[in-house]
Amino acid sequence: MSILINEKTKIIVQGFTGDKGTFHAKEMIEYGTNVVGGVTPGKGGSTHLGKPVFNTVADAVAATGAEASITFVAPAFCADAIMEAADAGIQLVCSITDGIPAQDMMRVKRYFMRYPKERRTLMVGPNCAGIISPGKAMLGIMPGHIYKQGNIGIVSRSGTLGYEAAAQMKQLGIGVSTSVGIGGDPINGSSFLDHLMKFQEDPDTHAVVMIGEIGGPQEAEASAWVKENMKKPVIGYVAGLTAPKGRRMGHAGAIISAAGDSAAEKSEIMRSFGLTVAPSAGELGSTVASVLAKL
Amino acid sequence: MDIHEYQAKELLAGFGVPVPRGSVAYSPDQAVYTATELGGWHWAVKAQVHSGARGKAGGIKLCKTYHEVDAAARELLGKRLVTIQTGPEGKPVQRVYVEVAEPFERELYLGIVLDRKAERVRVIASAEGGMEIEELAHSAPEKIMQVVVEPAVGLQAFQARQIAFGLGLSIKQVSRAVTAIMGAYRAFRDLDATMVEINPLVVTKDDRVLALDAKMSFDDNAMFRQRAVADMRDPSQEDPREVQAAEHNLNYVGLDGDIGCIINGAGLAMATMDTIKYAGGAPANFLDVGGGASPERVANSFRLVLSDKNVKAILVNIFAGINRCDWVAQGVVQACNDIDITVPLIVRLAGTNEEEGRRIIRESGLPIISADSLTEAAQKAVDAARAHAAS
Repeated sequence: MSILINEKTKIIVQGFTGDKGTFHAKEMIEYGTNVVGGVTPGKGGSTHLGKPVFNTVADAVAATGAEASITFVAPAFCADAIMEAADAGIQLVCSITDGIPAQDMMRVKRYFMRYPKERRTLMVGPNCAGIISPGKAMLGIMPGHIYKQGNIGIVSRSGTLGYEAAAQMKQLGIGVSTSVGIGGDPINGSSFLDHLMKFQEDPDTHAVVMIGEIGGPQEAEASAWVKENMKKPVIGYVAGLTAPKGRRMGHAGAIISAAGDSAAEKSEIMRSFGLTVAPSAGELGSTVASVLAKL
Repeated sequence: MDIHEYQAKELLAGFGVPVPRGSVAYSPDQAVYTATELGGWHWAVKAQVHSGARGKAGGIKLCKTYHEVDAAARELLGKRLVTIQTGPEGKPVQRVYVEVAEPFERELYLGIVLDRKAERVRVIASAEGGMEIEELAHSAPEKIMQVVVEPAVGLQAFQARQIAFGLGLSIKQVSRAVTAIMGAYRAFRDLDATMVEINPLVVTKDDRVLALDAKMSFDDNAMFRQRAVADMRDPSQEDPREVQAAEHNLNYVGLDGDIGCIINGAGLAMATMDTIKYAGGAPANFLDVGGGASPERVANSFRLVLSDKNVKAILVNIFAGINRCDWVAQGVVQACNDIDITVPLIVRLAGTNEEEGRRIIRESGLPIISADSLTEAAQKAVDAARAHAAS
């Protein structure tokens, strides 16, 4: 098993016919992902990459029974696309888009709350590399070949640092059940905690790697939950030990502005809640291996 | 993105927040003329730099005559103001704000921030203005009032009233404070701000409520729809290297170390810098070259990193997802041929087409040090920088 997506999940691509949408949809299909169509307003009725194109997400859901979507929509219009997906009953929206205004994300999250919990949309991202359940499906922009299928969950803010972890693990023969990128923005659709709870329920995930960075309270919140509830080992890492205070490090959300925001503080919090913290980013794989050896 | 005090006051006034009368000046003559236009008996001449704590740093002068206004403007303009927030190099003062100095009875604090934990807007107020809110939160947290705004409807008048009464204001003052609070909130919401800070918000002897100082920061991601705000950018207040980087669409932050970094992805960039430190070195910069690392972007990155004279070695670390290692390798080779790189260069390529990328580097005949893993790359960079510094 895996979390969020598998080989059966029916996926549509929002912004299907654009350059980025086309390029990555092709990669996703080649990986074996069950892409059932796409949405580009005004191009409904046509066919793209051998799949049907719809004008609205509601049309796409009615015709294909799509359950998940991925957005390749420009920042100015992306909040609208996400709310459209939620309204059409899409259960999982993954947003790759970098540059969505924070107040738009606030409205998106408020909009999700208008639906009862059992049909509420879960959002992954924005500003993320997406989700991959190796060997099954890819809802994202990652290089699929660096992941080996296996039993370790990865949840990471950063895309490339998630790749680094997966590649180091593959070299040691360790595989991944699902890898989720929650994104580098200050307000994201779902948090470390949302995905740790899912990994907890997944029988095929034996341990989880949680890769954070400076800024925001999510790593601390998730670590506290791990101590109380998690029955599987969690390996942690926080990037940005050398980041100066008050400076934005690439990601919109990567800035030390309050107490508890720094990498040193977050690593200490992780340790105090019983996580095994990798001493450096070069030792993510070997730290996972040493934790697995003790199981 | 940050703006100056006078710009923040202009914006806030547009949303009904009362501010003292004032005007910006670029020269001592303009400052004096502004004072005569404003009238009154006392003026504050305030250095306009992107920093708080200007008063303690001597950046705010209270003047009683035109002669003093002239002297204050002469003293401030053209200098660099060093505050506890600017770092030792300070920030250049190219404009001063001349404002009618109003006597006041009370100093309050009003702040509006984007709260990442609640994922909502939070309004913060305190009866003890004039001091840093962080200090107050530490020393007397019970004196801070907070309201979380429901995004579907925005801040309501009753919430502003609760704050105003909580500040211990008289009934006459309360309605004026509500105007200021609601105005500041609307400015925050409509202009895509991430922070509005009015510290102090003062109450005058005749019961008026005025924003005596104002600071605003904005969401860079929203500048596409806030052109008037975007036009207020003042590059003189930013690190020139970061301004140059922004022109080439690169993310760069200058640091104190001697190992230049060119990396794709913000998280990997931070992690690589940390690994350099772990290996005993110090990174000179953060640089995210981004997803589509064309030869031109790679060359611009090299120029930018080399503009820092402290750099003793350069580490290129690429984990290619959308990128392809062979493109990046071609970019590196081309940059080495176009630019005179006199420091050791360490390259680590992983991900899509890594074999091809490594082959291009190997066969280029250039003195490039290759590394396979992150740890190895950081160690080689630290060793190379030491050897170069010693030579």
